[in-house]
Amino acid sequence: MKGLKIIVLAKQVPDTRNVGRDAMKADGTVNRAALPAIFNPEDLNALELALRIKDTNEGTTVTVLTMGPGRAAEIIREAMYRGADKGVLLTDKKFAGSDTLATSYALSLAVKKLAPYDLVIAGRQAIDGDTAQVGPQVAEKLGLPQVTYAEEILSVRKGRVTIKRRLERGVETVEAPMPLVLTVHSSAPACRSRNARYTIKYRHARTLGELQDTSEDYLQLRKDRPYLTIDEWGVSDVGADVDQLGLSGSPTKVRKIENVVFTGRDSKVISGSENDIEALMKELIDSHTIG
Amino acid sequence: MANFYNDNSDLRFHLGHPLMKKIVKLKERDFAEKESCDYAFLDYEDAMDGYDKVLEIVGDICANVIAPNAESVDAEGPSLVDNEVKYARGTAENHEALTRAGLIGMSLPRKYGGLNFPMVPYVMAAEIVSRADAGFANIWGLQDCAETIHEFGSEELRDEFLPRFNKGATAAMDLTEPDAGSDLQAVQLKATYNQKNDTWYLNGVKRFITNGDADVSLVLARSEEGTTDGRGLSLYVYDRKEKAVTIRRIENKLGIKGSPTCELVFRNAPAKLVGHRKFGLIKYVMALMNSARLGVAAQSVGISEAAYREALKYAEERTQFGRPIIQFPAVYEMIRLMELRIRSMRSFLYETARFVDIYKNYNAISEERKLEADERAEQKKYQRLSDVYTPLLKLVSSEYSNMIAYDALQVHGGAGFMKDFPVERIYRDARITSIYEGTSQLQVVAAIRGVTSGIYLSAIRDMYEKETLKPELEYLKPPLEEMTAEFEKYAAHVTEANDGEYLDFHARRLVEMAGNIIMGYLLLRDARMDDKYQQAASAFIDIARAANLEKAEYIRRFNIKDLGLLKYNFDI
Repeated sequence: MKGLKIIVLAKQVPDTRNVGRDAMKADGTVNRAALPAIFNPEDLNALELALRIKDTNEGTTVTVLTMGPGRAAEIIREAMYRGADKGVLLTDKKFAGSDTLATSYALSLAVKKLAPYDLVIAGRQAIDGDTAQVGPQVAEKLGLPQVTYAEEILSVRKGRVTIKRRLERGVETVEAPMPLVLTVHSSAPACRSRNARYTIKYRHARTLGELQDTSEDYLQLRKDRPYLTIDEWGVSDVGADVDQLGLSGSPTKVRKIENVVFTGRDSKVISGSENDIEALMKELIDSHTIG
Repeated sequence: MANFYNDNSDLRFHLGHPLMKKIVKLKERDFAEKESCDYAFLDYEDAMDGYDKVLEIVGDICANVIAPNAESVDAEGPSLVDNEVKYARGTAENHEALTRAGLIGMSLPRKYGGLNFPMVPYVMAAEIVSRADAGFANIWGLQDCAETIHEFGSEELRDEFLPRFNKGATAAMDLTEPDAGSDLQAVQLKATYNQKNDTWYLNGVKRFITNGDADVSLVLARSEEGTTDGRGLSLYVYDRKEKAVTIRRIENKLGIKGSPTCELVFRNAPAKLVGHRKFGLIKYVMALMNSARLGVAAQSVGISEAAYREALKYAEERTQFGRPIIQFPAVYEMIRLMELRIRSMRSFLYETARFVDIYKNYNAISEERKLEADERAEQKKYQRLSDVYTPLLKLVSSEYSNMIAYDALQVHGGAGFMKDFPVERIYRDARITSIYEGTSQLQVVAAIRGVTSGIYLSAIRDMYEKETLKPELEYLKPPLEEMTAEFEKYAAHVTEANDGEYLDFHARRLVEMAGNIIMGYLLLRDARMDDKYQQAASAFIDIARAANLEKAEYIRRFNIKDLGLLKYNFDI
């Protein structure tokens, strides 16, 4: 069969897994400077699923689409080092402040511009917002079927994909027609590491924005090798309505951010007796700690 | 994220040595492939950046896949199922990760799917893999066999076998037999030529074969009937697909347990001749062994790095008598000594790798065109240096790795003797380094030629002594000059006696004296390039001077007539 065209949605996020003391600023906002920017973990799972399809379906191409500031081009290169064929950086000051609705609007326009495609694969959620809304919203805006919490792709045949989903209490196997939007769960296989050859090949890939900021040239090389230029699209490139973007296009308003500090309370000693254990179980269930 | 390359600034330091400019230029043939191949390097800076990025990948996989697997691989080990070696789960996962990352066949030319890496970054990768899991480093490191096929095999043989490495083919070098270990001239496995179908067939037994069930095996065999020495041996390549080898058993070893060591029986196994008949041992295996020795040296440094880090961590965390134990002189001396030894042998490792790089590149270029007179002179110079540096390096580094692993376990006290800490595995893994690819005693036999021929002395006098120093380092030079004079004196003293056995008896002392001087100068050079090495240079030279004095004193007082008293007399 001929290869598939896959679009992977990825996000560069602050690494909230290793939060230090200076992770939050005094005003309660995230101190991005103190947290390293990384490839959102579940988006890496999504990339791996896409690359596995590419491994077994000759002619498949994987395009990474990300929205963010100029430095988000780093994750496009990162994806290329691992086997993605190209990337698009959706970047514009007017995108700034977008919530999930505005983000999915912008992304869906960019996906349309990349048509035709067979699969759009995204991580389930990003570790900074933890909403798990962008993937499903993109599917809705594109009018495509969606399968969430994907863990494994069992087969891709005759325009249909069979997918294993990881649910809270087990797994479910579903089949869906392409084109299709998939969101991938962290229980899916971890992403492969960089490949040496791809890393050497794509190391000079830059967006135009990045090129303006550096003295590095290799001008002739870029002319000869178009894949070294990462596409950079702004609002006008995807034909977006500015009112539906950024803060004005985002119904989600953050009213207040609270710093929650966990404090230890008095401890309670419970013996191993049946009575004590039963009492504890009852207390935990009543307080909805478990059950 | 943990990374075994990024967390060790010594590696980048050695990668950036000025001689790399020459090596890269030679290896890339003046960047001839930059137009035709999309992953060829464009210029020197680009190549260095490329090596750096690829080593980052190695460091990532080693820290996040291979090292975490090391414990389970050690416990599980390989097994023999239906005459096939089944790797431990972790081993298979490691191999898969490195294959996927395109890190097998790194030094091969790009047309065979390789990365065309010079020895220096390739050896560096070997060091990093060894730090993660020394046993696995063997399986990965046997890609050296590809280099041998590339160096000596016909075009046809290269085309058949080399592209398979990048796709993950494993390799083995089948040399040892039950009665041919250190003495490879005694190899008996028989190769017979069948004229009818123009094929060689192998019959016989090989023992202690690392990764014996590999996809591609280089086999040393006796092709010349009636011969008894090395001149009757040829080298063959055997393809596992032929299924003509029985694996009799997998050895149960002290260390490097993840690396399958096999006893093999060849029964009419079809094989292809590598290069020319009769050159098997005297040329090809010698070359293969030299790169394998460099590999063991890299492995020794990697093991030492792992041991040192375990010891340092434990010594900082463990509190006794109200203080972390690293604050006690008896402990910090052990830790510092580890650090010094690692720094010195690592400098020695990459110095040797650079020498090998230069002459091997000239060898390869000489196949493409005639070398200029100055190029031939350089080729010869670096080949001669490599020939005596390699065994000395293997000797020193493998012995150091054993000392370091011993001390690292000692720092842990009783806890180190338990299976609870990685150091006991590292200690067991280190033990093989001074045995395989030629025991330490055999490295001395090869290295003593560097003493008798005067190559070590001229390297010291003509290269290292002439390097300019910063004024603040000048104080370190006189002790090294004294040590050199002393070495010269006692080398002459021993060789002038003109007694082979007397020379053999003191050989190890003499080559180790040379090694100490060379490493002292190398650290001095490191200190010249980066201030942070000054303390290491100073401390190492102090220790090396005392060690050489002790050896010199023993030689001085030793009466040649007393040699007889030490002998075992088997005539009785």
